[in-house]
Amino acid sequence: MRNKNTWLIVIALLVVFSVWVDFSNHIKIYNPINDTALVDKDVKIKLGLDLRGGLQALLEADVPAETKVDSAELENAKNILQNRANALGVSEISMQTAGDRRIVAEFPGITNPEEVVAALKQTALLEFVDMGTTPIAQGTIIKTDFGTQEASTTTATPAPGTTPSPDGTQAAIYHTVMTGAGLQTAAVGRDQSGRYLISFVLKSDAKDLFGEYTTSHQQQYLGIVLDKTVVSAPIIQQPITDGQGQISGSFTQAEAQTLAVQLRSGALPIPIKVVESRTVGPTLGEESVRKSVLAGIIGLSVVVLFMALYYRLPGLIADLALICYALFALMLFKLIPVVLTLPGIAGFILSVGMAVDANVLIFERLKEELRSGRNLRQSIDLAWSRAWPSIRDSNTSTIITCVILYLFGNTFGASMVKGFAVTLALGVGLSLFTAIRVTRTFLHSALDNVKNADHPGWFGL
Amino acid sequence: MNIIKNRYLYFLISLLIIVPGIVFMGLNWSKTKEGPLPLGIDFRGGSLLEVQFDGKLPTTEDITTLYTDFSTAEQPLLDPIVQPLGETAYSIRSKTMTDETKGKIVSEMESRFGSKVTVLNFTSVSASVGAEVTVAAGYAIFIAALAIIIYIWWAFRSVEHAYRYGAAAIFAMLHDVFVVVGTEAILGYVLGWEADALFLTALLTVIGFSVHDTIVVFDRVRENSRIYRRVEYETMVNHSIVQSLDRSINTQLTVMFTLFALVLFGGDTIRHFVIILLVGILSGTYSSIFNAAPILVVWENREWTKWFRRSAAA
Repeated sequence: MRNKNTWLIVIALLVVFSVWVDFSNHIKIYNPINDTALVDKDVKIKLGLDLRGGLQALLEADVPAETKVDSAELENAKNILQNRANALGVSEISMQTAGDRRIVAEFPGITNPEEVVAALKQTALLEFVDMGTTPIAQGTIIKTDFGTQEASTTTATPAPGTTPSPDGTQAAIYHTVMTGAGLQTAAVGRDQSGRYLISFVLKSDAKDLFGEYTTSHQQQYLGIVLDKTVVSAPIIQQPITDGQGQISGSFTQAEAQTLAVQLRSGALPIPIKVVESRTVGPTLGEESVRKSVLAGIIGLSVVVLFMALYYRLPGLIADLALICYALFALMLFKLIPVVLTLPGIAGFILSVGMAVDANVLIFERLKEELRSGRNLRQSIDLAWSRAWPSIRDSNTSTIITCVILYLFGNTFGASMVKGFAVTLALGVGLSLFTAIRVTRTFLHSALDNVKNADHPGWFGL
Repeated sequence: MNIIKNRYLYFLISLLIIVPGIVFMGLNWSKTKEGPLPLGIDFRGGSLLEVQFDGKLPTTEDITTLYTDFSTAEQPLLDPIVQPLGETAYSIRSKTMTDETKGKIVSEMESRFGSKVTVLNFTSVSASVGAEVTVAAGYAIFIAALAIIIYIWWAFRSVEHAYRYGAAAIFAMLHDVFVVVGTEAILGYVLGWEADALFLTALLTVIGFSVHDTIVVFDRVRENSRIYRRVEYETMVNHSIVQSLDRSINTQLTVMFTLFALVLFGGDTIRHFVIILLVGILSGTYSSIFNAAPILVVWENREWTKWFRRSAAA
């Protein structure tokens, strides 16, 4: 008896809390002792791109398929892209790595997807290239071994004098000594004659590498190559061991500035290409939200009516539990937060069906037990315990499917599939609580407190 | 009510539903040479642009010409498939194009057709990603089926021949997969529907629900096999089906209510998805009652030995 009342109180508290969360955009809980905020959280519903409009781009490391992408480098690239996107003034962007060579970038509500994609694609891949004894003219597009198999397996540099001519008749591949990833800072400066240059400082590990290389390759040309285009090809006059250097070319002030910014805020450690892009206009999104909410309300109303008409008292109680379910689910979506997409809403509605199924299973059992002549309290206990294995096993199989869907969606950046799996799984988990614990608690308190509640007619017999 | 007695009739009904689907899968294959279903750009790669015109609506030929003008060697955009979308919009499918090209095409549409153009939806998937997703989707379905069969085997370990329950559930699941893929093949052939990521989501949901439903029926068999030890297996299974029939119908009804509401009021974006779910879930309930449980009986009686004898006598 005490146990039942405890549950009633827990449920009542949950309902109050969920109503508060569901109907506010921001929650703040004060610590009564020292008046600081214990919880201070925005709880707006997060809508996915398909519902509010925006751009989703799937980016992939642009290296040969057989080359393994280092996960730290991918993570690094993601952060750099994030900085770049922030610099564009796009708000609420989200970037996540997906699988081992992809990044999903989401930009809600933007209206200029072309510009955003163009800004992301700027690779600003800076390479210091071994050119041997023959300098290559500025502006020439060359091939380097960076990002290919050889770069990781061979460290040998071509012997001086054997460097192929850069006229393009033969596909010469140059060795990359170091990339922009080794840069600590980069700033614009001017030389004695007033020309713009970029001075840079190397990170400590890159400093040693650079020092070693410049010592062993004196009087040879070191190509400075940006996005595979030769910027300049200075000759190594003396070893550079202090980790400081300069890039001089014929830059205008603006060019030098841009280049410095690109190098600073991030030369990408790996080149990136766009393999998938999805843009949803804001009008389509709004319409979808309106329609699916309407459909959800109509569908739920019919279910509520059906349950009450068919199962009478238990049906009504299941309806109450269903309302609790909706309140709790919305609360969870807002607190976690779960990004709601259209398939996500479909998954939620489907989980309502499964929540109802648990109740249908129990109530059918209840009717059977009552028909076989047991008294009401006994029947209720038996109905719950006998329906449990089927509820457990059937919902477990749904959860298994959800996990596999989630993994699939995660690897391919298919956020629609992922959203569906998350809401369905949450819904199934939550429905186990409401359809079993909440319904049972309510039914018992109805029987305790309402006169004639145990009349057989109430149970549809 | 004796469902088990007429089991071969129900198997025949399933067959009659599945066979046309298989025929249409073959028709699709011979038409596209790519596979049993017309695949959307999520799996095949390509671009889909949906644009709305606020002024004068150009013809489909106008749009095809415009695309052809932007076609280059690296980005061939010849022969786009242009379909009207409602009164004022078009959906245009082509080979994969970049966002940059899309921007150029949209502004060219505005100047050439003298009408304000709104991009409703633009999706572009490279062919390699599409192919990879297709393979992974196959794995996802396979792994899901395997995980479920193992789970059922374990959950029914107290019953004699537990593996039969897992296998019968997978048979019923395959039935539903065939019904769903068959429906998609027919609608794809007739109405030009393309299987996309949402279709895959629907298919996986149907798999989950199919097993969910079958387990509920099997749970009754599991329980009754302990209670009615003396009763003939066939009778016991039939009794279990009948006992869980009310539940099966009512659950089916409640899910149908919500799905029907989504079909009628949920808008175009998910209609395809919901219709597939509706077909699959209906099939899931049918197969759990009329296929999964009867298969247990067929297996128990080793009826395949009699099939041979019957055909020999005929």
